[in-house]
Amino acid sequence: MDASSGLAAHAEHPPSPGSGETGDPHHHDAGHDHHELPFWRKYIISTDHKVIGIQYGISGLIFLFFGFSLMMLMRWQLAYPGQEIPLIGNLLGKMFGPGAVENGVMKAEFYNSLGAMHGTIMIFLGIVPIAFAAFGNFVVPLQIGAPDMTFPKINMASYQAFFCGGIVMLISFFVPGGAAKGGWTSYTPLAVLSDKGPTYDPFWNGQTLWLVGFILLITSSLLGAVNFIATIIQLRAKGMTWMRLPFFVWAQFVTAFLLLLAFPPLEAAVVMQLMDRVGGTSFFMPSGLVINGAPLHISGGGSPLLWQHLFWFLGHPEVYVLILPGMGIVAEIIANNTRKPLWGYKSLVFAALVLGFLSFIVWAHHMWLTGMGSVVSAFFQTTTMIISIPSVIILSAFFISLWGGSIRFNVPMLFATAFLPMFGIGGLTGIPLAFNSADLYLHDTYYVIAHFHYIVAPGTIFAVFAGIYFWFPKATGRRMNEFWGKVHFWPSLICMNIIFLPMFLQGMLGMHRRWYDGGHDWTLAGEKVWGLSGFQWNTPISIAAWVMGLAQLPFIINFFWSIWRGEKVNDNPWEATTLEWTAPSPPPHGNFAVEPSVYRGPYEYSLPGREADFTMQSEPMTESDRKAYEAAAAAGVH
Amino acid sequence: MEIPYTVTARPDTGLWNAKVGIWLFLASEVMLFGGLFSAYVFLRLDADPGSWPHGLLNVPVGTMNTGILIASSVTVVMAWASLKMRKFRAYWWYMLVTILCGVIFLAVKLVYEWPQKFDHFGAFIKKDKLEKYEQYLGNHHLAERGLAPRREITGHLHNKEALHDENAKEYEIALDPVNADPTNPEMDRPHFLYVPPTDKIATIEKEDVEYANMFLPKHSAYFASYFTITGLHGAHVLGGVIVFTYLWLPVGTKLYKRNPEHLANRVEVAGLFWHFVDLVWIFVFPLFYLL
Repeated sequence: MDASSGLAAHAEHPPSPGSGETGDPHHHDAGHDHHELPFWRKYIISTDHKVIGIQYGISGLIFLFFGFSLMMLMRWQLAYPGQEIPLIGNLLGKMFGPGAVENGVMKAEFYNSLGAMHGTIMIFLGIVPIAFAAFGNFVVPLQIGAPDMTFPKINMASYQAFFCGGIVMLISFFVPGGAAKGGWTSYTPLAVLSDKGPTYDPFWNGQTLWLVGFILLITSSLLGAVNFIATIIQLRAKGMTWMRLPFFVWAQFVTAFLLLLAFPPLEAAVVMQLMDRVGGTSFFMPSGLVINGAPLHISGGGSPLLWQHLFWFLGHPEVYVLILPGMGIVAEIIANNTRKPLWGYKSLVFAALVLGFLSFIVWAHHMWLTGMGSVVSAFFQTTTMIISIPSVIILSAFFISLWGGSIRFNVPMLFATAFLPMFGIGGLTGIPLAFNSADLYLHDTYYVIAHFHYIVAPGTIFAVFAGIYFWFPKATGRRMNEFWGKVHFWPSLICMNIIFLPMFLQGMLGMHRRWYDGGHDWTLAGEKVWGLSGFQWNTPISIAAWVMGLAQLPFIINFFWSIWRGEKVNDNPWEATTLEWTAPSPPPHGNFAVEPSVYRGPYEYSLPGREADFTMQSEPMTESDRKAYEAAAAAGVH
Repeated sequence: MEIPYTVTARPDTGLWNAKVGIWLFLASEVMLFGGLFSAYVFLRLDADPGSWPHGLLNVPVGTMNTGILIASSVTVVMAWASLKMRKFRAYWWYMLVTILCGVIFLAVKLVYEWPQKFDHFGAFIKKDKLEKYEQYLGNHHLAERGLAPRREITGHLHNKEALHDENAKEYEIALDPVNADPTNPEMDRPHFLYVPPTDKIATIEKEDVEYANMFLPKHSAYFASYFTITGLHGAHVLGGVIVFTYLWLPVGTKLYKRNPEHLANRVEVAGLFWHFVDLVWIFVFPLFYLL
């Protein structure tokens, strides 16, 4: 309690004596139910937003590592095409059958499954559940001073739908023919025609299960999004006005709107593709298709491009679903560790809102090669250019926030600072792709892979790690180990760049993103960059990917070790200002014994006239504060 | 632990939680049906001239169903108003009528309209064989009048096994009036009232047929959209009926005794959903039945 002594709210909230898993959360409550819930009610089908957040987080991390493992397998095939997979080759053959891995050698169909499922799992089962659902669930109600989400039972249903969707996706690996192979975008007519035929089950096949899984995942995100928005609108604590919300809450608010409005058109598309596969309709099947020399016996009259439009109508807002929560996390951590207010809070908020709005009208820039007219292309090219403005505003505000701060480089801050240049590289390399003339050349090459991975992998995933290290003490009452955190951080950062930087080169050399031999034959052209041909770059990339897999071990061990053995800390170990740090660690069911009141903005660090260099949102105004604010207003700050 | 503002409104927003929730949910529903309707629009724009079917649905029955849904939207408001006036008996009756309206709507759809379509047959003739079936298609007559040509012969299929039997060489169809008498000017426009197939039989060689099927979703882009959208709409009606029944059963009575305002709020939220379902039908009806 040393750092936070003197805070009124803390007097009523002594820190929880036990650890996160064993502590009795009901020791201090006034007017709460006193009966102890059985284990399964408390941790399995809990309606407590914090438990649901942790459920989402743990499942998401497992899926994230699983999706990454698929990629580590693909990297073997890319670096050493046609060679036997060492150590686990035969085991994979036994697990997935000779149709997938024969004599330890990966087949093209299996490679395609891995590619499609890597994308699907990383985005929809990994990052969205962690960045949006896990952090949003755990942190947002605490940050706005709410006792829980507005609809706790719907919240629970959201997690259960997500869980079932994940299970369906996993099952699809083990049905005859294996998981979906049509890419994470499931472009038609390929996706409608794949996984069909005498060796496939009409329902239990990869692509159909992919669609069913998606319906469950979309249901989950719908329930979650409604809950988040309603919570932020309805359950803000007294005095928590809109412009006093932490930026993280704003980011989640905009993200929830994107999920709410962008996912349903994809649900419509998924239903239609399901009808095409199971009901024999032709929503996405054009007339006159000929397969293996025989005309396809379907009515035709559908439009393959219709799928692309509906898919990318989700797909592009989804990009901001992936990045906005990451930006929110980074904002919290930067303000906390520079010990000064976030620069340009209002411009950040409005930039996030503009970003959210514009993200709905840029989708066709994924479709430059489909032969759109020049007028349509010009429109989407222009909106795509415009949307870079709010992104740049946000990133610039973060960089300026670092200026002149006495920065504490703890593990969350390391990840948060690494986010900035990584996201910057990812964003700036996207600009050539936004020009349709440049994209004609770069489309579907490794350049595109490098571009969006720079945003999502060292961008959002680093933000996610930053958030885990940052809020871990709130969830468990213990801090994760700093040293092992750094052992996790540095190799991850270095490997990320060894993996993705050369991919820009490969892409500019013309290497196609779906070649399952990594461009082995194409290297005969013999063009070399920095001594290696495009294909030869695959080997260092793959090695870096496997090393990065190893580099996650310190994190996994640190995570579980710290739950039970980590250094015990007080309720506000980072000396932060937002409301979640006034609740006990871990917060009990209901979070706050008394509804907190808010008196000031979210980032009141180093307020003149105060002894401590942080002033919590729940601390009432004093005379010296008033003078400090007046002086700041006179000087034109804020 | 109590979640605040479940029954009473939050002063600064003027809303209770579920009302915010349902409007957000409806916003996402607009996007869901918007996606489906825009798919319908684009498929129809893409279709060859004259190939988009007309007049295959039963307009009077559809009109009746429209009326039933609109009536139920009125009764659900009455149910809510009765609760607000604390007249539980009236609420009970209005709710019952609402539920019955929903059930009748679904029954008409599932027991009458859909099966009637499943029993109907259509064969698209190959482009170079159209002349051979001129007596059923009447394309010369249509060309004279500047109308788009017909390519499909529809009616009641006598030898259903021909659909799957490789050895069967032809389809035997009891023709629909439009194909039985294609040069009759009355047939130039779709009929408002449903007209059953005639007893005039046509034999169509399978070789001359490009694609033939019962009026199932796979029959055409038109029926694909029709069954998908009305199916999803029907699922929404079913969802509404289940929620209304739950609120109408003794569960609702108990809640009424404990906190009548809470029940009124629930009915209001369910009613908003019901109005939305009604509104979707207001788009479905003209798009599929009339246009």
